[in-house]
Amino acid sequence: MEAAIEKTNKAQLQKEMKKQQRKLMLKRLLRSRMALTGFIILIVATIITFAAPLITSHDPLQVDPVNRLQAPSADHYFGTDDVGRDVFSRVVYGIQESMFVGLAVAFVTAILGIIFGLYSAYYNTLDHIIMRINDGLMAFPSILLAIAIMAALGPKTVNVIIALSVVYTPLIARVVRSSALVIKEQTYIEAMKSMGGSSNRIIWRHIAPNTLSPLLVQATFVFAMAIINEAMLSFLGAGIPAPEPSLGNILYDGKNVITKAWWMTLFPGLAVILITLGLNMFGDGMRDILDPHSNKSN
Amino acid sequence: MSEHLLEVNQLKTHFKTETGQVTAVDGISFHIDEGETLGVVGESGCGKSVTSESILRLLNERKGNTTYEGEINYRGKDLLNVSMKEMRKIRGNEISMIFQDAMSSLNPVYTVGNQIMETIILHQNLSKKEAEQKAIDMLALTGIPSPEKRIHEYPHELSGGMKQRVMIAQALSCRPNLLIADEPTTALDVTIQSQILDLMEDLKKEYDMGIMFITHDLGVVAEICTRVIVMYLGQIVEEATVKDLFDQPLHPYTKGLIKSIPQLDGERKKDLFVIKGKVPTLNDVPKGCRFASRCSFSTDKCVEEEPPTFEHTPEHKVKCWHYKEILEKEGADFGKERTTTASH
Repeated sequence: MEAAIEKTNKAQLQKEMKKQQRKLMLKRLLRSRMALTGFIILIVATIITFAAPLITSHDPLQVDPVNRLQAPSADHYFGTDDVGRDVFSRVVYGIQESMFVGLAVAFVTAILGIIFGLYSAYYNTLDHIIMRINDGLMAFPSILLAIAIMAALGPKTVNVIIALSVVYTPLIARVVRSSALVIKEQTYIEAMKSMGGSSNRIIWRHIAPNTLSPLLVQATFVFAMAIINEAMLSFLGAGIPAPEPSLGNILYDGKNVITKAWWMTLFPGLAVILITLGLNMFGDGMRDILDPHSNKSN
Repeated sequence: MSEHLLEVNQLKTHFKTETGQVTAVDGISFHIDEGETLGVVGESGCGKSVTSESILRLLNERKGNTTYEGEINYRGKDLLNVSMKEMRKIRGNEISMIFQDAMSSLNPVYTVGNQIMETIILHQNLSKKEAEQKAIDMLALTGIPSPEKRIHEYPHELSGGMKQRVMIAQALSCRPNLLIADEPTTALDVTIQSQILDLMEDLKKEYDMGIMFITHDLGVVAEICTRVIVMYLGQIVEEATVKDLFDQPLHPYTKGLIKSIPQLDGERKKDLFVIKGKVPTLNDVPKGCRFASRCSFSTDKCVEEEPPTFEHTPEHKVKCWHYKEILEKEGADFGKERTTTASH
């Protein structure tokens, strides 16, 4: 009986401590105005992504030649495009597409980057091989490399994700490797070795968690860059194939009628700018929050 | 012979460097028995830590960066010949190590309980719950108040002395037979230092384990060690029981070390004794006696020929050509004058 009470007490204590920590994190986030702004923009973008069918009244692919190039109105908030499609719906679904591609790229690069980064930091020979490949990939301008990969794979959403992941994995691998190199020399790693920990245990349980905060920050930036590059690829016709709405596609369609229909370029353009700005602000803020050394506000 | 817990025989540890091969530990032999504390003394860079890391094979052996010669016999097993897998089973389980820098010996992202439990689960077939209970018991054993709360704390929430206690709890959680303590009290202030030393002494008695205690503090040696080896530039220059070492040090280097301990009594204005000269680098080891260039007794023979290890008594060995003459000249008084202060 007593033991049971003690157990619940212990569990409660633990829960409370975790709660406190989370509270502290949130407090720091709220205090940093930049991170907060970025965070709000991201939340809005996420809501748009998930609620796309609910907030749009028109099918983004529905052509309506009679009502083409109409200025923004109560029926078409962002007007219509050169074949009469509702720009608002297209932008909303474009944001959905961008967020999906960006998140997928950030996720894939984070996983690949942490694997390559950790192992190259830990094993010397592997380091030379992985890092030389990395250097090779980084030597190409990222957009050119992405276009080349897209040309080889063909325009498809999955291929955009693959191409951008190849382009950005080296970036993450570098960041993870550099912080893992520092962590690797810490006494607690040697201590773990002296306690009988195997290499894999040390790499994944003891080095990896310590590289998470720079990884998280870098992944946010990759997220932002992936959105820009996806738009760029789609604009150039090497990204998401035409009728599908994507921010880059809408911009491309709007380019031809820019003097007559400013709304076709303004709104998708704003969407790209705001989302990347939000992500960058959030990433910068996260860096300040997660890195105690750059904690100026405290 | 084989009754010793650990017996190191002519151990040499070589490192590959850019300027060629360097021998950081050069043919040392010693042994540790169960229930005894062996002090390893010497100045920075003399190979104390390399010796301990060699025993656990913690040095980077990949690509021949580190090579060993000699034997390290632990309970009849030559540790230099076992596989890494077997070595991992020995580390933390049979031979444990605590480090000088308690501040950075704990991983900042895990709670201390988590880290102690990890070692326990690594070597013993216990459930998480049992391991947690054991971790709490271990922390209680090291004298940490309310251990059931402490195990949920992160390393940065603990003081230096607390962290060192956690390290000791972790190192002892699997009841090792041999504990290697690499300057475990250097980073702590004297009050905590004495508490930690007392704790180690108590735990040694309770667990009946051997301790290899690495330090450069002769005061600490006098406090807790049973036997001492003095190292200089990768070699053992003197081996003795604690009493012999302070009463009658034979090697000029040991004498110098003891003489340079600050005195509580006596003349205040007198400067501290200093051993003249500098330790030669490992790249450029003298061919004769390694201490010759700094020794006030050195002769041509010392410079030319490396001295063997002489047995003054079976328990007292020294690596010096002239220890007998030196002893006759001044030795008899040396001890008497020091005993009062050295063993404070």
